[in-house]
Amino acid sequence: MILTDKLTKKFGDNLAVDRLDLEVHEGEVFGFLGPNGAGKTTTVRMLTSLIGPTSGSARVNGFSIGKDDTQIRYSVGILTESPGMYDNLSAESNLQIYANLYEVKDVRGQVEKYLRMLSLWDRRLDEAGTFSKGMKQKLAIARALLHEPRILFLDEPTAGLDPEAARLVRDSIEELRKEGRTIFLCTHNLDEADRLCDRIGVFKTHLLVVDTPANLRTQLFGRKVVFHLRTVQENLVSTLKALPYVKDAKAVDNKLVVTLDDPEQNNPNIIRSLITAGADIQFVGELRHSLEDVYLQLVKNN
Amino acid sequence: MKKIKTIIRKEWAEVFKNRLVLSTVVFLPLLFTAIPLIMLFATRGTGEDALTNDMPAQFSQFCPEGLSGGECFQVYMVNQFMLMFMMTPLIIPVNIAAYSIVGEKTTHSLEPLLATPITTAELLTGKNLAAAIPAVVATWIGFILYIIGAWIIVQSPRVLTALLDPMWWIAVVVVGPLLAILSVNFSIMVSSRVNDPRVAEQLSAVVILPLLALFFGQISGLFYINRQLILLFAAVMLVLDVLMVYFAVRLFQRETILTRWK
Repeated sequence: MILTDKLTKKFGDNLAVDRLDLEVHEGEVFGFLGPNGAGKTTTVRMLTSLIGPTSGSARVNGFSIGKDDTQIRYSVGILTESPGMYDNLSAESNLQIYANLYEVKDVRGQVEKYLRMLSLWDRRLDEAGTFSKGMKQKLAIARALLHEPRILFLDEPTAGLDPEAARLVRDSIEELRKEGRTIFLCTHNLDEADRLCDRIGVFKTHLLVVDTPANLRTQLFGRKVVFHLRTVQENLVSTLKALPYVKDAKAVDNKLVVTLDDPEQNNPNIIRSLITAGADIQFVGELRHSLEDVYLQLVKNN
Repeated sequence: MKKIKTIIRKEWAEVFKNRLVLSTVVFLPLLFTAIPLIMLFATRGTGEDALTNDMPAQFSQFCPEGLSGGECFQVYMVNQFMLMFMMTPLIIPVNIAAYSIVGEKTTHSLEPLLATPITTAELLTGKNLAAAIPAVVATWIGFILYIIGAWIIVQSPRVLTALLDPMWWIAVVVVGPLLAILSVNFSIMVSSRVNDPRVAEQLSAVVILPLLALFFGQISGLFYINRQLILLFAAVMLVLDVLMVYFAVRLFQRETILTRWK
């Protein structure tokens, strides 16, 4: 759906995007993460034909940026960082304007469909300026969907929203994922990316890494299992380290933290070994590093 | 065409909710219509006998033959203010168009708008017409009211004929829209280069200076507006309009507007 080849953007001497090679597949939610000023918005603007690249190329929905800009604009939807609604106009009028600009055939039908889908139908006649931030954001999502784009670019969709509003927006994104749309999600909210994204790309002027959140965790930190014991005896750590599939084991308070590649396969053996060695096991669980740990590690290593 | 109509409807729906702009569109033409009518009313008592002797040279240049001195004085005084009908199409669009691009920037609505498949030509045409049409219509309505008022106030058919000289019809019907286009494009050009609506309005107001020069030039007697001068003025405006439209489109760089605006 999206394929870039050494996509580069410079503003004067400032390199904003450096030789970006990226592939986003149909129907996936792709998280595009990076610090402020990393070039995420510039990338989205290039991929939505708002600005042109300095060099390199990209194809979006099969159309080339710089050559098929009009077709790209018809085939993608964009939620910009700021909703940018016409505050003096009603929610319905706002959507009707955009439906006409996208040459939607059934303007009234589409406007009603998305106002209802995003629970804004009852407020359709109210001016957008009277809406809360979360409602404006939902209205902006409705605007991005009116022409039924196959790819949706969402730039910081929950930025500045309170937890309740952010949840409403996230639920909307979940709905869109279920509909099979391809979603390119720029976000600072790593928890959100972890919950919503099939794959993530960490970006800081150039692409640092692309993979699923689970694979990135494993690559950076390995898989870790925590055994909660009544007490940790000294011999237990050495017992575990002696096992061939255990990469590392250490005691933390009354817990044993064990690093290994295949917990599903090896946990039963470890449990047996611990019981044989006299351990009283209370709980067993996987130690899950947050995506924030992964992100910070990657950005730090650059 | 549908996209242009959408932009026009959007601009009007937004702009006319602004009371300041709405009052400018309604009251300015009424004021500019009232002034020449008040002059007519005030000078209606100037009789046949008055000012028949020692008529200043500018009066006789200005009046067609057959008018008495008093009638000529009446025509002269009213014609001083007829230029106001050419100010309306200059001033009204400034209020609408100056806000046009910079307003979209401040409300952050420009980016989603530019992300739609609308072309620059469609966008600027829509914004042009949205600002020019109210100005031209308001000017024409004002002129029609003036004609009706003059017909009621003026008793002499000779004065009425002189007041409704074809020169003023050309000024209002032809030069008016040309001035509106000049004003709109200048305002859009300014609006797309600045980041503050107030700066856009103030800079755009510069466009009325040439007409003010014409106004004060005539009042001070430097020159007299006649058909030739109006036709020449129309030709100059046409050339200026073409140049202004060209530069407005050239200066409307989507990328620059988006990336330099924070």
